[in-house]
Amino acid sequence: MTERQHFEISDLDSGISLGKDAWIRLRKNRLAVGGLVILVFFFVIALLTPWIAPYDYEIQDLDLGATGPSLKHWLGTDIFGRDLLTQIMYGGRISLSVGFLATIVALVIGVTWGSIAGYIGGRTDAVMMRLVDILYALPFMIFIILLMVVFGRNMLLLFLAIGAVEWLTMARIMRGQVQTLRQQEFVEAAVAMGLSRSMILIRHIVPNAVGPIIVYTTLTIPGVMLLEAFLSFLGLGIQPPKTSWGLLIAYGAETMEEYPWLLLFPGFFLATTLFSLNFLGDGLRDALDVRSAKD
Amino acid sequence: MTRYIIVRILQALPVILAVITATFFLVRMAPGGPFDSEKAVMPEVKAALEARYKLDQPILAQYFSYLSDLREGDFGPSFKYPGRSVNELIAAGMPITAELGLYALIFAVLLGGVTGVIASLRPNSWVDHIPMTLAMIGICVPSFLLGPSLVLLFGVHLDWFPVSGWGDIPGDKVLPSITLGAAYAAYVSRLSRAGMLEVLSQDYIRTARAKGLAEWRVITRHALRGGLLPLVAFMGPAFAGLLSGSFVVETIFQVPGLGRFYVQAAFNRDYTMILGTTIFLSTLIVIFNLLSDVLAAWMNPRIRSDLLDHD
Amino acid sequence: MLTLQKIPRSIFALLFILLASCSVQEGNVDSGNRLGILHYGNGSEPQGLDPHVVTGVPENHLVRALFEGLAVKNPYTLEPEPGVAERWEFSDDKRIVNFFINPRARWSNGDPVQASDYVWSWRRALHPEMGNPYSYMLFPVKNAEAFAKGQISDFGKVGVKALDERTLEVTLNEPTPYFIQLMDHYSTFAVHPPTIMKFGASTDRYTKWTREENIVGNGPFVLTEWKLNRRIVVEKSSTYWDRNKVSLNGVVFYPTENSVTEERMFRVGQLHYTASVPLDKIPIYREMENTPYVQAPYLGTYYYLLNINKKPLDDIRVRKALSLSIDRDKLASTVLQGTAVPAYSITPPNTLGYDPPKLFGYDPEKAKQLMTEAGFPNGKNWPGIEIIYNTSESHRKIAVAIQQMWASTLNIQVTLSNQEWKVYLDSVDQMDFDIARRGWIGDYVDPNNFLDLFISSGGNNSTGYADGIYDDLVLRKATKASSRELRYQIFHRAETMLMQAMPIIPIYTYTSKHLINPSVKGLPSNLMDSLNLKYVWLDNLKKEER
Repeated sequence: MTERQHFEISDLDSGISLGKDAWIRLRKNRLAVGGLVILVFFFVIALLTPWIAPYDYEIQDLDLGATGPSLKHWLGTDIFGRDLLTQIMYGGRISLSVGFLATIVALVIGVTWGSIAGYIGGRTDAVMMRLVDILYALPFMIFIILLMVVFGRNMLLLFLAIGAVEWLTMARIMRGQVQTLRQQEFVEAAVAMGLSRSMILIRHIVPNAVGPIIVYTTLTIPGVMLLEAFLSFLGLGIQPPKTSWGLLIAYGAETMEEYPWLLLFPGFFLATTLFSLNFLGDGLRDALDVRSAKD
Repeated sequence: MTRYIIVRILQALPVILAVITATFFLVRMAPGGPFDSEKAVMPEVKAALEARYKLDQPILAQYFSYLSDLREGDFGPSFKYPGRSVNELIAAGMPITAELGLYALIFAVLLGGVTGVIASLRPNSWVDHIPMTLAMIGICVPSFLLGPSLVLLFGVHLDWFPVSGWGDIPGDKVLPSITLGAAYAAYVSRLSRAGMLEVLSQDYIRTARAKGLAEWRVITRHALRGGLLPLVAFMGPAFAGLLSGSFVVETIFQVPGLGRFYVQAAFNRDYTMILGTTIFLSTLIVIFNLLSDVLAAWMNPRIRSDLLDHD
Repeated sequence: MLTLQKIPRSIFALLFILLASCSVQEGNVDSGNRLGILHYGNGSEPQGLDPHVVTGVPENHLVRALFEGLAVKNPYTLEPEPGVAERWEFSDDKRIVNFFINPRARWSNGDPVQASDYVWSWRRALHPEMGNPYSYMLFPVKNAEAFAKGQISDFGKVGVKALDERTLEVTLNEPTPYFIQLMDHYSTFAVHPPTIMKFGASTDRYTKWTREENIVGNGPFVLTEWKLNRRIVVEKSSTYWDRNKVSLNGVVFYPTENSVTEERMFRVGQLHYTASVPLDKIPIYREMENTPYVQAPYLGTYYYLLNINKKPLDDIRVRKALSLSIDRDKLASTVLQGTAVPAYSITPPNTLGYDPPKLFGYDPEKAKQLMTEAGFPNGKNWPGIEIIYNTSESHRKIAVAIQQMWASTLNIQVTLSNQEWKVYLDSVDQMDFDIARRGWIGDYVDPNNFLDLFISSGGNNSTGYADGIYDDLVLRKATKASSRELRYQIFHRAETMLMQAMPIIPIYTYTSKHLINPSVKGLPSNLMDSLNLKYVWLDNLKKEER
C-alpha cells in the first residue's frame, strides 16, 4: 500500500474538503489566479457589451473606410468604417460562448463515452470505439451542410454540431487513461471493498485522469473557436454582420499587409484568452491532482 | 496480442461498410446535385447527364451497383472532372498529401516531443515556460494565418523559400510542412509534458530512482514509454486529421494534394469523389487508430514492467 | 527504442538538405522571357479539355489555345476574323452561311481539317447523350434544338452540310447577326473524329482522348504536359496554319485558385499574368509607377434577383424603393475600391453599340416616399427580408454594405444568409429566397444575351417576372428587325419595360482585373476578357532576336 491509496480511501466521503483544498491550492498559484481574473473580466464585458459598446456594431461609414487607431476609434475601423473595438466586443460574445459551450458538450460526451468504454472493456468497448471510428470517418463538411439545411441557421445547433465532432478525440484519450488506471492497485482495492462500478469510475478513476482531461480541454477551446471561424468563413456558420474573433482574424489575415490592426487586435484578445485559459488549466490540474497534492 | 490485432482488423470491415453506407445516403440528402451550375442547364441536358452516371436509377439500385463496383476496387468516374476516375485522382493526390503529412508530423513530434519532455523535467522553470508559451502561440495561430505570415516573411521579403508549389522548385516543401506541423507540434508538446509529469510522480519511477539509476536512464528507459502514452492515443486521429486538415495548407501553397479534393468534392457534390476519399480516409483512420491502440498497449507501464521481470 | 534513437539523425539530415537546397534561382518570369514561355495564372484546375464537355473561363483559355474555331475574335476589336475558315458568305436572306475552310488548316497530327469534321463534331456537340451544357450555342442552326432535345433523331435534318471537303453550309432558323461570333465559342469547335473514336464512342464524355499523349487539336498550341492541380504546359504547334504569327514558344497554365497566393506568386516573379487581383491589394498597385495592374470594362452585370411572388416584394413600390436607396457610386468607390461601374439596367453599357436605358438613380427621398405609399412608413409593419448569396468575400462585402444602406435609409430589417455554393444554386433554382445575389457574364457581345434571361420561360429568370409583351419583343420582334438600329430600338423598349417592373436590382457592371508583367505584349484588354494567345509576345524575346 502506498500513500496514494491511503489518500483515496481516507478521503472517500470528504469530497467537500477536497474541493476546498483544491481552491486553496489554486489561490496560491498567481498565474492561475491572473488567468481566472482575465477570463471573468472578458465574460463580464461580453455580457455587458450591448450596453457598454462604444458604437452600434452595424453602423458603417463607408467614406471613412479602414483607418488605424485614433482617439475616436481606439482600435481603428474596418473597411466599412465600423469601429473595431465594438466588433471585437460583439465577436467575443460569440467566440466565448461557442468555445465554452461546444467544449463542454465535447467534454461531457467524450469523458462519459471514453470512461465507460475503457472501464467495461471487452465487447462493449469494441462496439463503442468502432462507433467513434465511424463518426471520425464521415465527411465533416457534408455533415455540417446537412445540419445547416435540416435545422436552419441556429447558433445553438452550430455549438452542438461542433461539440458533437470534437468529443471523439476526447473519448479516445479518456479511454486510454481509464484502461491504464483500471489496473492500478487502488482501483483493485476499491473493487475488493465492494464499491459499485459507477462509484469507482466517478470517485476514483475520473479524478485521477483529470490532468490530461484538463490539458486537452484547454486545447479544445481554441480549436473550437478556430473551427467556428473556418465554418463561418465557408458560409456554414454565423452570418454577417454578426462576427466572432475567429472570423475577424480570418478576414484580418487576408489584409495583414494593408491593414495590420485588423489582424493584431482581434488576435491579441484571442491570444490573451487562450493564455489565461492555459494558466488556469495548469493551475487547476495541479490543484486537483490528488497525487501531487500529497507530494 | 496477435489475436487482438486480427480481431480488430475483422472489426474494421463492418466499420468501413457503415461509413460507406452512411456517406452514400448523407451526400444524396444534401441540397443541390453535381450537375447544377450557375447558368441554368437545359432539363434535357441534365437528364442526359444523370442517365450517363446512373443517377436516374432508384437510390438502392445505385447503392448496390456502387458496392459491386467497389468490390473490384473501382471508385467510379468523377462527376466534376469528366474523363478522370476517382481512383486516378486519389492516386495523384495521395502521395503528395502523405508526404506533406509525414514531414509535418515529424516536425511536430520532434519539436513538440523534445520541448514537452524537457519542460516536464524542470516544471515551472524557464525551460518549461518558454516552450509552453510558444506551444500556446502555436495552437492559437491557425494555419490560415501562419501560412501567409511565413510566406510573406521567408518567401516574399527574405526570398529564402518559394511561395508556392510542391516539388517544383527546390525548398518549396519547407513552408507547407512547417505550417501544417506547427499546430500539431504545440499539441504534442503539451500532451507529452502532461503525460511525463504524470509518470514522473509514479511509484515505479521512484523505485527506479531509489535503485540508483542515472536520471537519463530513468527517463529514457522507464518514464518515456508511460509519459508519451496520451500522445500515442492522440497520434492516430492526428495523422488522419493531418490528411484531412491539410486542405487549408494545400490551398495556401498550391499543393496538388488530396486535401483539396476531399473538401472540394463535398462542395461540388461530386458523389463518387466524396465516397472515394471518405473510404480512403476511413481506412486510414481505422489503421492508425489500431496502430495507436497497439502501441499504447505495448507502452503501457503495467505490461512493460511484466516484461521487465522476465528480462 | 532503437527506432526512436535512429529517427532524429536522419530527420535532421533531411531538414538540412531541404534548407541547403534552397538557393536563390532564376524566377519563372525571367526564364520565361528568355525562352519565350508565358507563365499564366489560370484561376483553377480545368474540369477537362473536351470542347463539348467543359464550361468555365479557365477551360475556355485552355481549349482556345489547343483548338480553333471557324472564326476567331480579334482581341483588339472583338470583330470576327478568319480562323479555320478563311472566309464566309451569307446568302441574300441571311439564312444560309457558307464557310470556306482554309486549305492550310491542319490537325496537330498532320491531317487536314475538313468540312465533314464539323458536321461530325456538331452532331457530337448537339447529341442528347453528350450532355453538353453549351449545346444551345448551336441552336440558331435549323433543327439543332429539336435534335439536342431528342425530338428528332435524324441528324441529316439539322442545317449543317459539307458541300465538299472545304465548304461547310449552315442553314439558320432566322437571320442571326451574332452567329459568326458564336464560331469562337468552344462548343462549336471541331474535334478530330478518328482520335475520339480511338478511345470510345463518339458521344462518350468519359474517355482518355484529351490526355497529353492522346489529344489531337487544331489550335496554335499543342498539349505537352498536364499535371493535375499543378500545371498544364502547351507548346507552339508545328502544324498550325498561321504558325508564323505565333511568337510564344509555349505557355504554362497554373491552377491559381487562391487569388491571394496568386498575387504573391506574381510578386516574386513566378507569374506573368494573374487571373484576378485581391480587392484590398488594388489601391497599393494603383499607386505604383508603371503599375502592372490592368483594369477594363467587362461584359457582365452584378445584380440582385427579387422574388416578385413573395410579400413584400410583390409590391412594385417596395422593389423600386429598395433599388433607389442603394448608393451605387459610393459602393463602387469604397467597398469595391473603384473596380466596378454602377449599373442601372441589365445590359452593360456599349454592348456592340447598344446602350441600356437609365430610368433612375440614387434617390433616398423618393424611396422613403414609395415605402410610405406601400404601407411601410419609416419601416413600420415591415415583415423582414433576407438576402442570400454564395460564399465569397466580395459578395459578403456588398451584401453587408447594402444591408446597412437599406437599414439607414428605409429603417427596415434585412438579414443576410451566406450559403454554400450548391445550396445557393438550389435555393435560386427553387426560388426559395426573397433576394438573391446573381451575376451574368455575356457569352457573346449582343444585348440579346442579357435580355433573353427574363423571358417567361427563361431558365435563368428566377424572379417570377413574366410579361407576354416583353417575350414578344425579345423573341420575335427583335429577330425580325431589318437593321441593327431597329433591332436595338426594340431591345431598348424591352429593357425599359423590364426596369419599370424592376424584378431585379442591377448593382454594377463588372470589370476585368489582372496583374500583367510589363514584358507581356499583345494582350489587350477587351470587353470579353478574351485571350488570343496567337497575338501575345514577350518583350525580352524580341530584343534577343533583333
